[in-house]
Amino acid sequence: MRAPLSWLRDFAPFPDDVGAVRAALDDLGLVVEAIEHVGEGLGDVVVAKVLNKEAIKGADKIQLVTVDAGADPLGIVCGANNFELGDRVPLAPVGAILPGGDAIERRKMRGVWSNGMLCSGKELGLSDDQAGLLILGDEAPGAPGTPLTEALGLEPDVVLDITVEGNRPDAWSMAGIARDLAARLGLPFVEPEPPDPPASGHPVESAASASVGSLDLCPRLTATVLDHVTVGPSPQWIARRLLLAGMRPINNVVDASNYVMLELGQPTHPYDLALLPGRGLSVRRAERGEKVVTLDGTERTVGVPGRSLGDTGNDCLICDAEGTPVGIGGIMGGASSEISESTTEVLLEAAYFMPMAIARTSRRLGLRTEASARFERGCDPWGIEPSVRRFCQLLGESVPGLRVADGLLDVRGEVPEPFVVFVPIARVHRQIGVELGAEEIARLLEPIGFTELFQTEARPGSPHDTLVIQVPTNRPDVRPEPFGIDDVIEEIARTFGYSNVPRHVPTWPQPGGLTTLQRSRRLAKDVLCGLGASEGWTDSFVSASAHRDVGLTGSEVRVANPLDAEKPFLRRSLMPGLLGALSYNASRRQPDVRLFEVGVVFSHPGEGSPRLVERAGAGGRETAELPGERELLTAVFAQEHDDARIAVAAWQVVADAFRLDRVRLSPPGEGRPPLPGLHPTRSAHLVVAPPDTAWDAASNADDNLVIGSVGEIDPDVATRFGLTRVAGNAIAPRRIGWLEVDLGLLFDAVKVPRRTVVGGAVSRFPSSDVDLAFVVEDRVPADVVADALRAAAGDLLESVRLFDVYRGAGIAEGARSLAYRLRFCSPERTLTDEEVGELRGRCIEVVEQEFRAVLR
Amino acid sequence: MVTDNVDLDIEGIAGDGERAIAGAASTDALAEVESELLGKRSVLSRAHRSLGSLSPEERKDAGRRLNEVRARLEEQAAARRAELAEAERGEALRADRLDLTEVIPSSVLSPPARGHLHLVSQARAELEDLFVGMGFTVAEGPEAESDWYNFEALNIPPSHPARDMYDTMYLEVGEPETVLLRTHTSPVQIHLMEEAVRDGTLPIHAVMPGKCYRLDTPDARHLPVFNQIEGLVVDRGITFGDLAGTIQLFTEAYFGPGMQSRLRPAYFPFTEPSAEYEITCTICLGEGCRTCSHTGWIELGGCGMVDPAVFIAVGIDPAEWSGFAFGFGIDRLAQMRHEVPDMRSFVENDIRFLSQF
Repeated sequence: MRAPLSWLRDFAPFPDDVGAVRAALDDLGLVVEAIEHVGEGLGDVVVAKVLNKEAIKGADKIQLVTVDAGADPLGIVCGANNFELGDRVPLAPVGAILPGGDAIERRKMRGVWSNGMLCSGKELGLSDDQAGLLILGDEAPGAPGTPLTEALGLEPDVVLDITVEGNRPDAWSMAGIARDLAARLGLPFVEPEPPDPPASGHPVESAASASVGSLDLCPRLTATVLDHVTVGPSPQWIARRLLLAGMRPINNVVDASNYVMLELGQPTHPYDLALLPGRGLSVRRAERGEKVVTLDGTERTVGVPGRSLGDTGNDCLICDAEGTPVGIGGIMGGASSEISESTTEVLLEAAYFMPMAIARTSRRLGLRTEASARFERGCDPWGIEPSVRRFCQLLGESVPGLRVADGLLDVRGEVPEPFVVFVPIARVHRQIGVELGAEEIARLLEPIGFTELFQTEARPGSPHDTLVIQVPTNRPDVRPEPFGIDDVIEEIARTFGYSNVPRHVPTWPQPGGLTTLQRSRRLAKDVLCGLGASEGWTDSFVSASAHRDVGLTGSEVRVANPLDAEKPFLRRSLMPGLLGALSYNASRRQPDVRLFEVGVVFSHPGEGSPRLVERAGAGGRETAELPGERELLTAVFAQEHDDARIAVAAWQVVADAFRLDRVRLSPPGEGRPPLPGLHPTRSAHLVVAPPDTAWDAASNADDNLVIGSVGEIDPDVATRFGLTRVAGNAIAPRRIGWLEVDLGLLFDAVKVPRRTVVGGAVSRFPSSDVDLAFVVEDRVPADVVADALRAAAGDLLESVRLFDVYRGAGIAEGARSLAYRLRFCSPERTLTDEEVGELRGRCIEVVEQEFRAVLR
Repeated sequence: MVTDNVDLDIEGIAGDGERAIAGAASTDALAEVESELLGKRSVLSRAHRSLGSLSPEERKDAGRRLNEVRARLEEQAAARRAELAEAERGEALRADRLDLTEVIPSSVLSPPARGHLHLVSQARAELEDLFVGMGFTVAEGPEAESDWYNFEALNIPPSHPARDMYDTMYLEVGEPETVLLRTHTSPVQIHLMEEAVRDGTLPIHAVMPGKCYRLDTPDARHLPVFNQIEGLVVDRGITFGDLAGTIQLFTEAYFGPGMQSRLRPAYFPFTEPSAEYEITCTICLGEGCRTCSHTGWIELGGCGMVDPAVFIAVGIDPAEWSGFAFGFGIDRLAQMRHEVPDMRSFVENDIRFLSQF
């Protein structure tokens, strides 16, 4: 809100020190975003009258203007063309310095001397208009040569651009800002009391009518009738103040209404009474689908519930006495009864609307006005009378014969009344942390209109225990008890000054710390960094084709109002994002990249596991199914020579970091297709092996927990993301390793058991190695053989490691040689050759029997 | 014959030997020379063996001279050997030279290089650690929420004008505008308080980092998906002064000693009193510059005392408990710390950008 300091001074004698004013306002929460000095530096500018215009040879953008500025005619080169001979315009003569700091010199343009500059409103800092010269009208009387400031009645002023928080509709006015500021600076605040208009002997009831059919939406409607109105320009000082506050003057009636809104915060709406059929207003609820043409010429459909939670489509219409809509209550008037030059009778509507109803309607219609913004935050229902009197007073300035009908048409429902809040002083101390006495608090609150009722019988206990605070009706941010207690405490803290509250660092006996999951997540990220992968951050939103491109079908969660219409879905996989990041890098000549991301993927509540939330809907009274969320750890390996193997190796490092000992690689099969997007024959699921049973192909049952997948990106998927390379004369998909683990499961030590480490001492006796190579059919996974060796070798086995795989000459088709190194060691003694030989024999026997394998 | 010319031979042997030792060009050549001069089959050994044919005086004299020559030659050979060994070592070292500025890490390391944590992850971890040090736990929550958790429980009922402060993305799940992507991390506060009430585990001292969503067109300083961290303390006797003290402690811990914080009245539906949290401008250190609009302060986030309506929504008695909450953007802090001109680079995933941090 733009607040000219001169206007604020109508209420209190504020100092010239703008810095101090700004600091005080900032500390009150009325943050000054900008300070504009207007009317300064205009001392040299004078009124000039246009005598002649002539073209300059060879120049079509500029012309030579001859003006009378009180002395000899002056020739000025000018680029504007919005004026006529005889118009009066501002002239900055040679030697003048404009508000922007530009010094005017005698200059030659296209061979013609220019003896000064004719100015636009913008150049003078008087308005935003830079389309042409500022044409001086009746509001700026003065012969050529008159200083412009004198002609305009201008005094240098300061305009403070203040952001008023949404809960302070009272401060969205000059009076409101001045009240807070005066209280802070200890200055007397004088609220103007506009006089009652002189009695006309003409009762308002006989002049017009007012009725309200929906008091729940409009609890108070008042109407005032003014006649003998002459519509014309406003007095210059009113127009000037409106301009400074950022509103365009229109005519004396509309300007008076706007002026009152800016000054006191009460929006009003003037109607041409002669154009209101039935000579009156009726307020009612909109019928479903009703159409209204608003002042801006737009036809709007009202009375239809919107998508918003709790929007019942209850719109409040202002209608003429015959029930035809003339405006949307509290938001915008209609075109049919607009004030025009022929208006002589004015009906002024001043009402109080239910804030939530205005908010709902304005939000659904996407129609925000100065009035709706104030009404939806809550205007003072008892501020109507002074606002109406002020309107009459202001209009009277330009309409000396103005006649105001006696009385006010006033229809009321349940209008908020002042109420009291009992504030325990101990609560004030506890909330703020400052010991303030009752008198001190009263001194802080009184100047902003909160009254401590020292003399009241309603008080429980003594005035030293409990304050009885009467809340003014212009402060709808203060709620009734119990919440109102803290609302009043906020006002105490605010007026006391947040910066005056002593700071204290609280301590407590409970320890802080990260959870296991949080520590594990950090470790996992660190492990992946150690594997040469950098952390990426990809979009949570994807296109429909992105999911299809990685082979995902099925339901998706759609954003109702997506930022990017191309990407309306919540991601179900991190694959589109990470592969997209790879191709982004590849297209920047950086194909050799490893990336990882830890992020949430979503599943439609209709699929998989929805999240059941008991508190949903209006008031949290319903139960809703929310999308399922899983946090995934994913890594993509696309460095030269990377493929499925690096992903497997990476998984083993991760698994070792978390001491997992029962997670096995299980190739996709009948019951368990490959992870969408992964290579069918070069990928595996990460499956938790059941406890205490030998792991074999048969136990790869569907009910075993899958915690992730590892392998290579499906070549078709890689091609779709442009991740290809040149192979001879052809383009071939690149091999890209992929690792994906569900973090929630990975870190769940119950579902995914960890290796237990007790003691952890190592044997002091030498170990013995046995190398065994078997020819095993391809259908038997190598880790199944390792598991069998482990089981056969028993407690003396220290480790078993696959160290060579061989296919080719000497080995049958469909089989390969797997070479394992078994290391035996006893914690108690050195093993004898006989013992090791026996263990070796047992291992060979088991593998040969279980897998029809042959020792090489 | 040899025996006839013993006198001459001894000097001759010595002279030849000395020349041979000096002439040896390498330690290997010297070893050969030594073997020829001093070995069993050497001239010197043979001369020694021939001493038997001399008279006792001659034998004594010649033997002494022969031993002198042997000792002299051995000494010279040792000196020469040391000299040659030194030269040979120097040559070997020169041949072994490695220009350490030519090391190509990827050719010696496997994996070729360490990856980099995203700068936002780093900022988040740093903030978490800092608050953990101040006694906070770290809590997290879901990104999709019901309207109740994101708004209503936080004292923002349907149609409340304050909803305009959050450009909400709604999901097409259930009834219209009932399920949304959280616009702030505050729903986690509600979950925490509900759990604490249910489990009887009040007080709460927690920070809540996480991803949030708003319908904001991305620009240099905003992303529609962004990271926030919030703090919540619910305990007995918590005051606004405690909030101000906590904020100041955090400010100095994160931004450095001497950095000041200040609180300014503001409006948030879920706190009362509410405040805007500002810190000394990190660019000009309070002198006033373009970044801080010449105020010397930059806005970091919002905070305040938990509104009693929030307490009542989760079943906490505001007469018994009080608390404060604060929140700010993690991305913005990371951007400030590294002076990243455009926040959009955070989500481009250009490896050149990522590997700087």
